[in-house]
Amino acid sequence: MTPKEMYTEIILDYYNNPKNFGTLDKPDIKFKDVNPACGDIVEITAKVNKNRIEDIKFKGNGCAISLASAEILAEHLKGKNIEDIKKLNKEDVLNILNVDLSPLRLKCALLPLKVFKLGLYNYLGKTLEEENE
Amino acid sequence: MKIDFPIFKRKINGKNLIYLDSGATSQKPSIVIEAEKYFYENHNANINRGIHTLGDEATRMYEDTRKKVSKFINANSKEIIFTKNATEGINLVARSFLRPKLTENDFILLTEMEHHANLIPWQIIAKEVNAKIEYVPVNEEGILDLKKAEELLSRKPKIFAFTHVSNVLGTINPARKLIEIAHSYDVPVLIDGAQSVPHLKVDAKELDCDFLVFSAHKMLGPTGVGVLYGKKELLDNMEVFMGGGDMIKEVYYDHFIPDEAPNKFEAGTPNIAGVAAFGKSIEYLEKLGMENVEKNDKELVKYAFEKLSKIKNLNIYGPKDLKLRQSLISFNCFTNNEKLIHPHDLATILDDYGIAIRAGHHCCMPLHDKLGLSATSRISFYIYNTKEDVDVLINALEEINKMFNKELEVISK
Repeated sequence: MTPKEMYTEIILDYYNNPKNFGTLDKPDIKFKDVNPACGDIVEITAKVNKNRIEDIKFKGNGCAISLASAEILAEHLKGKNIEDIKKLNKEDVLNILNVDLSPLRLKCALLPLKVFKLGLYNYLGKTLEEENE
Repeated sequence: MKIDFPIFKRKINGKNLIYLDSGATSQKPSIVIEAEKYFYENHNANINRGIHTLGDEATRMYEDTRKKVSKFINANSKEIIFTKNATEGINLVARSFLRPKLTENDFILLTEMEHHANLIPWQIIAKEVNAKIEYVPVNEEGILDLKKAEELLSRKPKIFAFTHVSNVLGTINPARKLIEIAHSYDVPVLIDGAQSVPHLKVDAKELDCDFLVFSAHKMLGPTGVGVLYGKKELLDNMEVFMGGGDMIKEVYYDHFIPDEAPNKFEAGTPNIAGVAAFGKSIEYLEKLGMENVEKNDKELVKYAFEKLSKIKNLNIYGPKDLKLRQSLISFNCFTNNEKLIHPHDLATILDDYGIAIRAGHHCCMPLHDKLGLSATSRISFYIYNTKEDVDVLINALEEINKMFNKELEVISK
């Protein structure tokens, strides 16, 4: 797949028409991070209900690859069990994305996963603390 | 011209390479590449010590480039220090010239358009003593506010460090005038010449700057070689920078006596082969004539500026008066519904056409923040670029524009 073809698909399917763009009110999970190499910003908010991701939204300012990746990730995570999500790794995300990326652009594609995981760990840390009390 | 540069034999994704990223680093002509190999094959030895033929030859070649550099910018060869890049030169001046006399009552003057290299070294030393940093503002068109500059200079900063040519906006700053104002208040000046020395005739004596830094790799030379020019009397009175061999006169177990400049600032074995090859890049530029280098860049900027201005939904940043602009253009493309086509996406797709551009914040995050931009695309020219290169770019940009807008139409149906 040439970059041009790759873009056509990504843009068509996700980038220009995201279903999960936005911010949730009173989210259980909220995290934001920046890719220092390019300045891409992704923020993810999610609601958790009975150990499942009930709803998830992302907001950001970045390239088509990072935002399409956020959209795909949000679609994928919705309704999933937190225990299963904890196991989700880079390869899984790249498999879902299904594109060939240069090392520099890999960081764009993986930023949303990083943001979500950090948010999730923050959330789990918080609930663990609460359990200990 | 391209025939002198082996890299242009390369195909990128099956296309001819259109290299529009010389602002990041220039390509190298064969005489420079071969000079480095020639050094290792014929003259390799360490400098300033070997009492043997090779050591003597290597030292002569290294010092020969120093003479060429001094002639190139009209300075004395004792005022030329070889560093690893322009960044190191700025760090050296911050550490050895300014830091020893900087106190919490002082401030450092920079401009809002500085590259991180001319920002962070000053932030580091300012933080150490709680000194302040002030910035000469830049307007929306990328031009410095000279009135404000004079006002800030009248408050006597400890140093005024600014870029001669902006690596994002392409603005040529009025260096001579700014230096004159600074000196009228006894403020020493450092010029970041990374984007000017490769493209314009820069005369250190005429400018009367106190320090000037630039990098060999942006002017046809190898990576790992930079130059710091400093006025002799300033260099002589500066603290040492790095310690080690070659920078000393005498050494005892409890103290040392440093050598004089330039050796004082060149500790350890330098990039000898790189410096030798850098001599060849200066020869190459001098043969072309810097006035012709400047003219070619300016013509390409004018040609590209006019063509880019005609592309729909494309914003150009920096001065519209092309007399104030050198060698580069930063811009952004938008879709018909005003959504930014992110520069990284643009650069990735342009690579498909064999076109290399820079995309991102170009090591100028504060300037991008100030202009309200997250990133820009930048094209930068050098001696090997032609109007045909610009034509290939314009054609690709038009296709990408259509491609993004076509997808939009599909979705809106």
